[in-house]
Amino acid sequence: MTAEEIYKSLSAKFGEALVESKLDAPQPFLVLDPKRMKEVSLFLRDDEALQFDFCSCVSGVDYNNGKLGAIYHLASMVHKHKIVLKAFCTRENPHIQSVASVWGGADWHEREAYDLLGIIFDEHPDLRRILLPYDWEGYPLRKDYKVPEFYNGMKVPY
Amino acid sequence: MGLLDQRFENSNVLVTSLEGLLNWARLSSLWQMQFGLACCAIEMMAASASNFDMMRFGVIPRATPRQTDVMIVSGTVTLKMASRIKRLYDQMAEPRYVISMGSCSNCGGPYWEHGYHVLKGVDRVIPVDVYVPGCPPRPEALLEGLMKLQEKVRKESLVKKTA
Repeated sequence: MTAEEIYKSLSAKFGEALVESKLDAPQPFLVLDPKRMKEVSLFLRDDEALQFDFCSCVSGVDYNNGKLGAIYHLASMVHKHKIVLKAFCTRENPHIQSVASVWGGADWHEREAYDLLGIIFDEHPDLRRILLPYDWEGYPLRKDYKVPEFYNGMKVPY
Repeated sequence: MGLLDQRFENSNVLVTSLEGLLNWARLSSLWQMQFGLACCAIEMMAASASNFDMMRFGVIPRATPRQTDVMIVSGTVTLKMASRIKRLYDQMAEPRYVISMGSCSNCGGPYWEHGYHVLKGVDRVIPVDVYVPGCPPRPEALLEGLMKLQEKVRKESLVKKTA
């Protein structure tokens, strides 16, 4: 399926959950409502014509204008087509619905995005830090992050 | 040739100072803490393998700090790992030595400015005896560092504590 066909089959069913789209990009993407990620994802996975059975990557982005985003790269092993989903939130209210229950692989990816950017994935089964120590303060990949002077008595800056 | 030498010359007896004997024994069997932190560990493994054969210096990798004399910090020390390194160092029996291998563990390396999670030099948590520069250092460089450490051990004194 081409990106246009994927877009059409989604927009017919989830009109308002689809916020925006860019289908002529090198990797065509759809911007979704962060509160309705799960139902759209379930449809993408289970629909016979779509069958996106593989979430190959989840990225977190800080756009440096108060906006954060999670980007999901999906692929279908059956139909050999791909699509990119995006969901945006703000630094003040960083909530996006988790899709870890739809694709198991998204579990650790979302934990990483939470760990480094502080995006809170609602309904995630186990939203803990994954790379940094549990007692770490702040989210280091945010553009407004300040490196602490000390961590556990160790001087951090050079 | 003194009297003592002539007296012992036909039997298998060597005369030396206790200090010299201890230092010689220590520098000839520096058992190594077996752990790698980053790409430097690959070079450390190459140094241990047959081409460079670190074992000819008496360096045997051991998987526990209780049996080791030298800790080769081979790679990037993250803040998360730093407390573990400190603990492993504390568990080593004295006398214990540390070789800091590569730019990362010397001073933070390429992460010196933007590495929010990297300790800028392992000498901020444990004392270092020998620094081996390089990114990563070749096995020859590590062997050179090891020989520098052996020189240091050879000069040690029982009465005067060094470093």
